[in-house]
Order: sequence, then C-alpha cells, then structure tokens
Amino acid sequence: MNIDKKITDDLVANGISFVTTVPCKQLAGVIDEIDRRNEIYHIPSNKEDEGMGLCAGAFMGGQRPAIIMQNTAIGVTINTLATLIQYYRMPLPMIISYRGELREPVACQVEMAVHTKALLAQMAIPTYHFHKQADVEELDNILKYTFMCNKPVAVLTDANFWGGYGDQ
Amino acid sequence: MIRSEILREIAPILRDQLVVCNIGIPSQELHAIDDQPSNFYMLGTMGLASSIGLGLALAQPKPVIVIDGDGSVLTNLGTLPTIANNVANNYILMIIDNGSYGSTGDQPTYTGKKTSLAGMAREAGCENVVEVQDVDTGPALQAALDGGQMTVLVVKCDSGNAKMPVITMDPVVIRDRFMKAVEA
Repeated sequence: MNIDKKITDDLVANGISFVTTVPCKQLAGVIDEIDRRNEIYHIPSNKEDEGMGLCAGAFMGGQRPAIIMQNTAIGVTINTLATLIQYYRMPLPMIISYRGELREPVACQVEMAVHTKALLAQMAIPTYHFHKQADVEELDNILKYTFMCNKPVAVLTDANFWGGYGDQ
Repeated sequence: MIRSEILREIAPILRDQLVVCNIGIPSQELHAIDDQPSNFYMLGTMGLASSIGLGLALAQPKPVIVIDGDGSVLTNLGTLPTIANNVANNYILMIIDNGSYGSTGDQPTYTGKKTSLAGMAREAGCENVVEVQDVDTGPALQAALDGGQMTVLVVKCDSGNAKMPVITMDPVVIRDRFMKAVEA
C-alpha cells in the first residue's frame, strides 16, 4: 500500500480542498502527493498557528480544510486551538507526524513526544494513533467524524507507521 | 486620528463587505460603531486576523477586508510571505499602524521606531503595498476595493482607544451569522 496516496485519496474523497502544511521528513511523501492533486489547494504555512488561521478562514469560506504538521506544533498551537478552532466550533483534521516515538533517532524529539498525548487529552481533542500501516484504514472514518462533530481531531502518525527512518 | 475615528469614517465602506477584525479593542470598536453579520470579530488568538482573512479570500470569491494592527502583524510576521506567495485579488489587508499595542495599554511597538511594515510587506513579495496617513484611509480603501488586486494597506495613525463595551456575543453566533453572510 502507498500510504501517501491513501491519505491523499481519503482527503479528496471527504471533500477536503484546502490543506496547509509545515513539513516534517516523515510527511514529505504525503505533501508531494497533495501537491500533485488538482482537487486540493496546498498552502504551506510558516508556523502552525498561522496555518490554523488559514484553515479557519477557508472553512468559513465554505471549504473543508486540513492541517499537516509535526507534533512539536502542539506546543505552538494550544492557544489557537482553544480560542479559535474550539471556541468558534470549527472542524479541523490534524494529520500529525508523531516524532519522538519508537524508532526515533533524534533524542530531543522525545521531549515533546512525552507531552503530546497529555496535551491533546487536556485539550479534550479526539486523538488517534497510527502505529501500523493498516491503521490508515481508519482515516476515512476519522475525517467523517471530524466534520460531523466540528472539532479539531488529531491523527498521530509515528515512525513505525511510516516505515522508520532507513539508515539513520 | 485614532483607530476608532478611522473606523467610524470607513464604516460605510466596510458595511457591505466581508470584514475580519483583529482581537481586542479594534473588534470592540467596530462592533460598537457598526455591528454587521458580515463582520467576523476575533475574541482571542492574537495575530491571526490576516491568516483567517487570507484563507477566506482563497476559499470564495467575495472581497475580504482584514482590519489588523501593527502589534498583531508583528506577532505573526510569517503571514507576509504567505500572503505574497498565495495571491488572492479579493484580499485587502488593512493594517492600522498606530505604533502601539492598543488593547494592552498602548505600549510602543517597533513600528513606531525603526521598523516599516510596508517595507517588510514589499520585501516579503507583496506586489501592491500602499502606505497612507489616517485622513486618507477612506479613499485608499475604496481604491483598493475598486482595483481588484490583492492589497496591503498600511494606515499610519495616532495611538489611542475609544472606550467601548466588551463583545458578549457567543463565538458560535458570530461565526454562524458570518458564514451566512459569506453564502448570501
């Protein structure tokens, strides 16, 4: 299975037409795939809170948005999640590269990994963790759930899900 | 002129447009001067007015006017390259630049010192950047609307706030009526 293609197919099938990204090397393939699709307007952000602002505007303009980012961004976006996305009740699928989990080569990434689920739980954000490739089968239902309940929803995708870091 | 005097003067231009208004006293002033369903008031999240407005402008065809501030743009400077590289000709970013953080007690920002937001917007790649004095805001905003080109309009004015009530409207109501105005 090509995970990048599967994720992008699910975004398109769920009417998501506006995607903002802040890159992570785990996400490089899916970002490339999104760039190739005419159905999606891809707008890279310089910071993830900026990206959430773009998504909020696109949603109010009648489009379905999504953000793709790294879990370190949870530290950047807590205020935006609370006072914009949640306060105004907006849907926002967050496809998150979960750095600092099993097979992580960079020790510093673990420092935010250990806080990631706790922060998401504190924010009462529905959270799904993709650890094995087959977990991607849930994405379609997660996207439907997100736009049903008008909430930010986190999909944490770890190194094992992406197939590790090769030789690193 | 201070911000509220400018808003009062341009209210007839804003009335028929989609407006995304910056957090704090700017939203309180606009709400008190001329509340409209087509106004999206930010109740929190400093810095993101320009981003929300850009997302909205890219998502639908109606003109979008963002009323932002120098302090808020400074807190989200990454917005300028994103705006420059994702051209939406229905987007006007109007920065009321009074050189101070108005909502928090008029502490000075760097735009009252060496920093030029118009210069930063130009260097970020924004092609249509206009800087005007407060008294010229109305004609400059109307020209931007008529021009049909993405515009960054920096309005230099005096520091100061009008005393207006806090917005007590529920955020979901603000969002819902705004989305109906977008669709109308």
